[in-house]
Amino acid sequence: MRKLSAFILALATLVPSFAGAGVRAQGRRGRQPQPTRPAAEPGGESPAGGAGETVIRNATILTASHGTIQNADIHIRNGKIAAVGTALRVGAGARVIDATGKFVTPGIIDAHSHAAADAINEGTLSVTSMVRIQDVMNPTDINVYRALAGGVTALNILHGSANTIGGQNAVVKTKYGRPIREWFFGAPPGIKFALGENVTRKNPFLLPGAPVPARRYPATRMGQEQILRDAFTRARNYKRGWDEFRANRAGAPPRRDLQLEPLVEVLEGKRLVHAHCYRSDEMLMLLNLADEFGFKVKTLQHVLEGYKVAPEIARHGAGGSLFADSWAYKIEAYDAIPYAAAVMTRAGILVSLNSDSSERGRRMNIEAAKMMKYGGLTEQESLRLITLNAAIQLGVEARTGSIDVGKDADIAVWNGHPFSVYSRVDHTFIEGEMFFDRARDLAMREELKRERAELEKAEPNQAPGGAGGALTPGGPARRRPGHQDDDDADAPRVRKRNAGSHEDDDHPADRSNDEGGHDNEK
Amino acid sequence: MRSNPRARVAPAALAALLALLLASAAGFAQNASGNMGPAFMSGTPGTFAIRGARIVTAAGADIENGTVVITNGKIAAVGAAVSVPGGATVIEGRGLAVSPGMIDLGTNMGLVEIPQGAAGYVDVSELGELNPNIVALLGVNPHASVIGVTRVNGVTAALTAPTGGLISGQASLIHLLGATPREMSIQQSAALVMNLPRTGGGGGFAAFLAQQLGQPAGDAAQARDRQTEQIRKLLRDAGAYARALDAANADAKLPRVDRDVILEPLIPYIRGERPVIFRADREGEMRAAIRFAEEMKLKPIIMGGNEAWKMAAFLKEKNVPVILSGVLNLPSREDAPYDENYESASKLAAAGVRFCISTGDSGAEVRNLPYTAGMAAAHGLSKSEALRAVTLYPAQIIGAGAQLGSIEAGKIANLVVTDGDLLEARTNVRHLFINGRQVPLVSRHTELYDAFKNRK
Repeated sequence: MRKLSAFILALATLVPSFAGAGVRAQGRRGRQPQPTRPAAEPGGESPAGGAGETVIRNATILTASHGTIQNADIHIRNGKIAAVGTALRVGAGARVIDATGKFVTPGIIDAHSHAAADAINEGTLSVTSMVRIQDVMNPTDINVYRALAGGVTALNILHGSANTIGGQNAVVKTKYGRPIREWFFGAPPGIKFALGENVTRKNPFLLPGAPVPARRYPATRMGQEQILRDAFTRARNYKRGWDEFRANRAGAPPRRDLQLEPLVEVLEGKRLVHAHCYRSDEMLMLLNLADEFGFKVKTLQHVLEGYKVAPEIARHGAGGSLFADSWAYKIEAYDAIPYAAAVMTRAGILVSLNSDSSERGRRMNIEAAKMMKYGGLTEQESLRLITLNAAIQLGVEARTGSIDVGKDADIAVWNGHPFSVYSRVDHTFIEGEMFFDRARDLAMREELKRERAELEKAEPNQAPGGAGGALTPGGPARRRPGHQDDDDADAPRVRKRNAGSHEDDDHPADRSNDEGGHDNEK
Repeated sequence: MRSNPRARVAPAALAALLALLLASAAGFAQNASGNMGPAFMSGTPGTFAIRGARIVTAAGADIENGTVVITNGKIAAVGAAVSVPGGATVIEGRGLAVSPGMIDLGTNMGLVEIPQGAAGYVDVSELGELNPNIVALLGVNPHASVIGVTRVNGVTAALTAPTGGLISGQASLIHLLGATPREMSIQQSAALVMNLPRTGGGGGFAAFLAQQLGQPAGDAAQARDRQTEQIRKLLRDAGAYARALDAANADAKLPRVDRDVILEPLIPYIRGERPVIFRADREGEMRAAIRFAEEMKLKPIIMGGNEAWKMAAFLKEKNVPVILSGVLNLPSREDAPYDENYESASKLAAAGVRFCISTGDSGAEVRNLPYTAGMAAAHGLSKSEALRAVTLYPAQIIGAGAQLGSIEAGKIANLVVTDGDLLEARTNVRHLFINGRQVPLVSRHTELYDAFKNRK
């Protein structure tokens, strides 16, 4: 018993979100007393800081909507951009950020993320439209803080690609440390679809504890079409039942179906479809099926071969959300080219870039910068890939995505040009509140070090067997290669270090081992 | 002497092709059209002069307005007052920069094309624990599309290494150009790759968990020691074998020594003539590797090195170089600074540790090596050190510093001509030379781009 409790205590130190121990200070409030913490700043700032005025002075502003403005100010009031111009007059109490020599962009919107989600795939059925990301979000996922440090202010958090229809997404602001309800800001609802290799489960993933790869219908792209056709046929029938009931006001109402309701919303144009796809033929299959059933696909996600069928995608009116330059990590990614964003943009498709990875999600500015080289997009076209275009794809362009008066003050301040590899983020604002401040982050490091040292001295954290010294649970036991994405976190350990990449999220296992350092003991 | 046979029979046709390529490179070079002609595999040999460019030598100061002359595969001359030899193909370098080709020491280049789902082409790990006789070059597919895709971004050489087991095999240093493995080879046996058994078994959480699960605490440690002893024994056997060979060579009266495929390749490594790469990220693993190398008189290099910054003084004292391949890794712990791995290169530089930066990727992402170094530069490393960390330093660490890594007369002409800072993502590569041969800026990706970009 003593052993067990010591084990749990040790785990508690290992999994800080569980215990609130030894972790970054912001956002842990209310879980554990944090006596040495500086005042306020749970995620963002104190309410005063958020509600107050801020003026960013003398910056180079990349608006994403109307070009670059040199040596200008941004006035933030009540969480909104109140004015953009030179020598703006602001209230006496306004916080002043001197951005001389610095650059300002809209906050980055990552159009495909799995950060903050504690579960990705409900992998048992292939149509799991009833499940919702919003039910499994962790407001203190450290990867959200890391994204903030890369200038990210909004995420499209999606289910994985294990299922033909994966579930309901969450479009949120990255309000690290705040209650999840505060992250939502009125985006239209969406749903994740997936096509291709991951859905067929041809990859020999051994699910934890399973002796053989788990198979499940559909095992082919042919089956995927039938799964969709069946689902939307049932949804149409279901909708007809309700329509008739509402028109006649007679008899019993149809039995409520939580699987079909979201699909009816898709048919009614009220829910946006974000469809994972790689190969051009599967894209066309979905677009044809959508045309037949009379709904629009809002975005094709990843859409690696979208450049091959750009005219068809443009005709349907779907957007595309791409990786900048990832390729060849699996067979269906072999024809991916970094010129795809440029080809599709020129074909009239609304294109965004996404990370699908908590690692890559920290440096989307460089992913966008590459698009100036690969295919020669302009600076503003490239910036839009990670800001305004993503906002439009998610239906939130009235709120965020560009530096325009009246929009939310979702802003990143960079110490150099945001497309330079030599630049980094100094401040990230969401709705006028500073959720990331590099100076504050640096200042808190010594304090965190002290706190960790104190915790390591505690008796339950001592190594067993008189080995001496504190338990050292940390350390990068498992490598996180640059291109390994979140979905790989669950990959069984038989997989090779570099064998995986994007969206191989065919693993229904829990994702609590997302942090390195203790997973090899799980 | 390898050469392109077509170059001998049809120099005029080749010149025409070259002119065509140069013309197409005048616009967006990365977007250059043109199919994969004969130059695609082996490049076009010749005498070249890049004139009036900014020369980023990586050896000393930059030359603001200089000329580089390439003859017979080598850099014949470099400087501000270098004359262009007659008959040279001249490239006007105004507004352009010439840099050494980048080198990534942490790859499996050519050993794997598609890591997942194409097992027939994955030749990264041999079976068994002790494979010193395995040589990467013998599994490199020179025609893997990843090679062409990588080089047009300015990465011109790579160390490609086998993985797995305790002794994975020997890594090969290759040019990212060549129709055959031999054409690509710079050094076939460049380093031995070793994975010491993990040290976590001696204590810490693994022991703790073993205890909870009712396993004797000593088991993991014993397993580790047993495996380490296996390596030790093999190295000692190789030493005995080498001495026996030497003795037999010196004295014909002694009995002939039967040759041994496993032991023979170990000889240069146990003599410290060539380096041994230890894959290790944690401090304890790295210290164990260095102790082991000292004990067995090996010449160690650390590959990985996530926690190298924590033991920088020790690495400096022991003069052990680090191939830093986790710059873009997420931090090791939730409470670690968000930029922990971005910063580590600058900490190593400040402490005087020899290091280079690698993507640590099997192949497809190696083209992003410049931006990986750039990330380190955004977090404390100077720009010039970041550049050297992907050019001169990897060459030196792998023992090719006299041949590669900087723009100096006499070195192999691996050169990248760009329209901006080599490490910036917006920069375009305009001309590329590998092994003194001009390489067309086409790849599988430009081919697919050309095939589909105007489809209506």
